[in-house]
Amino acid sequence: MATIQVNLISGRSIQQGVAIEGGKEKPAYRTAAGIIELDPSDLKKLGAWKNTNVRVTSDYGNVIVKAIETTQGPHPGLAFIPMGPWANSIINPNTYSTGMPTFKGVPVNVDVAINEPVLLGIELVQKLCGVK
Amino acid sequence: MSEYIIRNGNVFDPVQGIKGDKADVAIKDGKIVDKVGSGAKVIDAKGKTVMAGAVEIHAHIAGPKVNMGRIYRPEDKLFTNTPTKGMERMGGGNSIPTTFKTGYEYAKMGYTTAMEAAMPPLFSRHVHEEIRDTPIIDEGAFPVFGNNWFVLEYLKNKEVENTAAYIAWLIRVTKGFAVKVVNPGGTEAWAWGLNCLSVNDPVPYFDITPSEIITGLIEANEFLGLPHSLHIHPNNLGNPGCYETTLDTLKLAEGYHAKNKFGREQVMHLTHSQFHSYGGTTWGDFESKAKEITDYVNKNKNITLDTGNVTLDETTTMTADGPFEHHLTGLNNLKWANIDVELETGSGVVPYIYSPNISVCAIQWAIGLEIPLMMKDPMRCFITTDHPNAGPFTRYPRVIKWLMSAKARETQVNAFKHKDKVLAATSIGSLDREISLYELAQMTRAGPAKSLGLGGMCGGLKPGMDADVAVYNFNPDTPVANPDDIEKAFSRCAHVFKSGVEVVTNGDIVSNGHKRTLWVNVKVKENPQVMRDITEKFLKYYSMTQANYEALGHHFVPNPYALEVDAT
Amino acid sequence: MTKTVTDVICPFCGTLCDDLEVVISDDGKQLLEVYNACVIGTEKFLHSQSKDRVTRPRMHQEDGTWKEISYDEAAEYTAQMLAKAKKPLMYGWSSTNCEAQSVGNEIAEITRACCDNTAAVCHGTTLIAVQDIGLPSCTLGEVKNRADRIIFWGCNPAHAHPRHMSRYSIFPRGFFTGKGQMSRKLIVVDPRVTDTAKMADVHLQLEQGKDYELLNALRVAFKGEWLPEVVAGIPKEKIREAADIMKSGRFGIIFFGMGVTQSLGKNHNIDEAIAVTKDLNEYTKFSIMPMRGHYNVTGSGEVFAWQFGYPYSVDLTRGFARYNPGDTSSIDLLVRGEIDAMFTIGSDPGAHFPISAVKQFAHIPSVCIDPHLTPTSGVSKLHVPVAFNGVETGGNCYRMDNVPIDCRKVVEPPEGMLTDEQFLIKVRDRVRQLKGAA
Repeated sequence: MATIQVNLISGRSIQQGVAIEGGKEKPAYRTAAGIIELDPSDLKKLGAWKNTNVRVTSDYGNVIVKAIETTQGPHPGLAFIPMGPWANSIINPNTYSTGMPTFKGVPVNVDVAINEPVLLGIELVQKLCGVK
Repeated sequence: MSEYIIRNGNVFDPVQGIKGDKADVAIKDGKIVDKVGSGAKVIDAKGKTVMAGAVEIHAHIAGPKVNMGRIYRPEDKLFTNTPTKGMERMGGGNSIPTTFKTGYEYAKMGYTTAMEAAMPPLFSRHVHEEIRDTPIIDEGAFPVFGNNWFVLEYLKNKEVENTAAYIAWLIRVTKGFAVKVVNPGGTEAWAWGLNCLSVNDPVPYFDITPSEIITGLIEANEFLGLPHSLHIHPNNLGNPGCYETTLDTLKLAEGYHAKNKFGREQVMHLTHSQFHSYGGTTWGDFESKAKEITDYVNKNKNITLDTGNVTLDETTTMTADGPFEHHLTGLNNLKWANIDVELETGSGVVPYIYSPNISVCAIQWAIGLEIPLMMKDPMRCFITTDHPNAGPFTRYPRVIKWLMSAKARETQVNAFKHKDKVLAATSIGSLDREISLYELAQMTRAGPAKSLGLGGMCGGLKPGMDADVAVYNFNPDTPVANPDDIEKAFSRCAHVFKSGVEVVTNGDIVSNGHKRTLWVNVKVKENPQVMRDITEKFLKYYSMTQANYEALGHHFVPNPYALEVDAT
Repeated sequence: MTKTVTDVICPFCGTLCDDLEVVISDDGKQLLEVYNACVIGTEKFLHSQSKDRVTRPRMHQEDGTWKEISYDEAAEYTAQMLAKAKKPLMYGWSSTNCEAQSVGNEIAEITRACCDNTAAVCHGTTLIAVQDIGLPSCTLGEVKNRADRIIFWGCNPAHAHPRHMSRYSIFPRGFFTGKGQMSRKLIVVDPRVTDTAKMADVHLQLEQGKDYELLNALRVAFKGEWLPEVVAGIPKEKIREAADIMKSGRFGIIFFGMGVTQSLGKNHNIDEAIAVTKDLNEYTKFSIMPMRGHYNVTGSGEVFAWQFGYPYSVDLTRGFARYNPGDTSSIDLLVRGEIDAMFTIGSDPGAHFPISAVKQFAHIPSVCIDPHLTPTSGVSKLHVPVAFNGVETGGNCYRMDNVPIDCRKVVEPPEGMLTDEQFLIKVRDRVRQLKGAA
């Protein structure tokens, strides 16, 4: 099992849209947005089965999400985490004076973290902020 | 409600023919009255000029293209901010002031009624939201009809009554005030990147000419008997030689008579005539044809016009003449915004700098003054800047200075870099007429009010009319030492009353009053065919449902005032 | 017995569909079924009925539990917080109506706050570009009736604006587009083979982050000039093919989204896309439109603009409006530690801001106005649930093409719940007292 480097983007998915309207405290939100979509070739390089928990690390943080096989590929070298607190714990917050963080185009390392749990959405943010 | 007596002012009221007499003006319960009791609050107007509140007949102050201008020009706010002060909300913007600032600035200059010049019907809710947030002044808005698919189809078949039924439905639904036409046919052509530059150019697909659109709408307007006439921005605006298209347009009014119960006498109002009075063939031989236009309008009494004065400022142009704005960005390379509106119209926005160092701009300035100086009947010639197209409305005091002082005009002409070109291309150098205060009252109060069909309500100081009164620190008895004093006096009123409420005192806002939205509730005979056509077009072509469109002009109009028209 | 409410406006995304039909119980209290909405809109309407909704304001306690308080107490906390703060941030506004936004602006003016909407993380960079170069655009009905060339650049409407293609851009049979989908050619530019790209006539699967280069190459291709072999991972033949498709249309439109607003280049990407549109107007008719996310972020921009002069990132701290994205924008204000009170409404910065910005407001006085439980409410001191706008209360909203549509009230909110506007009015009136304002 290796560490792979991929280019991370984040954005909408219809499942994420349905989940946020259903309530971000619910597990469906984690199922929809606590994931990373990887190209099959990248999953192979990673040496992991799909639906394995992984740690995604950038210069700005790290997060545990579930690695799934992409549904909108192929896109080797590119990874997609739907918009939400999992993605936002690791994307580039720098706005470079534009006011806009760099949600798309963040180099990340991915490695397998089978025994680490993916947190629920609100739980993740509270933990990172040190709020009960 | 309060009683006021404005004492000893020099009163100028064309409605009653008062030409500067020292007289009292009495206010009670929102109206001008003959007299009031001894408990009335006394306003000392000795040595001051008293007129009715001014009426702005054409300005772009509320709606999607106005707000587009605000959004895309943050630089328009530089150095123009007015902070929150007492009851005044904060404001900003020079050529496109924020809505609160718009209301305050108009009021401080003595304006009490303003007409939003072009309302795209699909966006009328937006127009009314901004009107609601513009304090003090009464406002109305003109929906645009000259590129509307229903109008184009009905008038192609010469169905005037159907056109009238559709106009009535649309004006009711959008809470509009009048029939506005902008670049007839040309803006529909612009949806394909094309234009109609003469009154005979057919509109792509609809195959109707601007002249057919214009005459059809004049007939529909008179069929309905609306308070205002057709209000037209002709084809070919702004191009050298366009005066011929303007004359072709004006000639279409020949033989028509105004039919209405509001005292209106014109069948066509030519707007921002300055932009439509150009001769020459290129920018090189660009010259004024103000004389040709005013000669025609002087002779044909069923037409009124407003000036569209260039004020020599950096400003923002915005108009429903979409193709013109694309042409303008090609000329000056400044940022261009465009909004085409399904089935109805279009619009464009481009900043513009009227520099006194550019001969074309100087000639435009001169044309804007030649027109009122050559128009013989001040009751048919109104002062505007087509705000913000030719300049911000806050420059009205400067325009008044130029009108009232030949010396001020001369000073400006001498300051032009290409003075000789300006004198050769126009007759500004030979016009020494100075507009009197009475004529000014005609051109900024009584005249526009009458043209709008509001002559019984505002624009004058006759008992029974709304108590909209402006008191200026201008003494007609003392000679003007410096023309700049005229500009100063008309910039900030000593007092302004709106519907009997004192709203401005010593140039400061003291009350928001109870502004109204003026609209026309025009009823026609039931017309099942037009209703079916409307339903069909909503089902097939609009991107909004009919029920949501018909809810358009409603609760955003918090204090509506309907002029009732029965055209059944 | 049931009633069907027609012409209902869906309060989710900038597509602002207004043809929904909602079946409600006779007493107007229960929402039973939704027709014509996409799956996200349907979920929004139906979830408003869930039994586990929080219906009263609650204060976050030290030990992590929540204590229910009244709306009046909540308004008092909020008013005190805003009145005392030196530099409060009033953020969000995109999922509420213009009437509420307007009251919020009054509060911001009295308390001298910074105000911002979700454009800060969405189309803010578009607004910056528009302020540089302008925006040739049109309403969605023009697309429906005239467009024969559609480009989706850096957006995925199949997922983010699900009914956009069927209502406006690809499938409808309009006045001049009677053949529907067959009247149109679709180009999709996206680094992934998205569900939208799968429908395209041409998919330019460019290298992520190289949109500026590709847009610039298109401008060169329009003029028929020399191009390198490959630009942004796309061979020059494909670039020329795309350019020819665009030039040969009668009426084209570029819809664009986060792929270009959020990746490096940001506002410059949009600037270039608008330049492409302007260039195309030399050959044919072309427009461009941002795919706005929230259903009323456009409205927030419009209301800020006509009241304060700027569409987002407005700083009122000096008693007049100032605007400078990068300086007055929410993320930067938070990350620099300048904000001492956080007021969130109609949005979820806790989930959608970078975590380093969220950490900055998790330990200052904060209020979150949201009918849902969210990461923002999870780190705020006060959570005020309100009625769902567009479901339980009406109000004006602006679609992605700036067209205003008045949302409808379909059902009653749960007993005793206030709307945004009602709560904000309480806060405003109290703030006026505290500040001695007019």
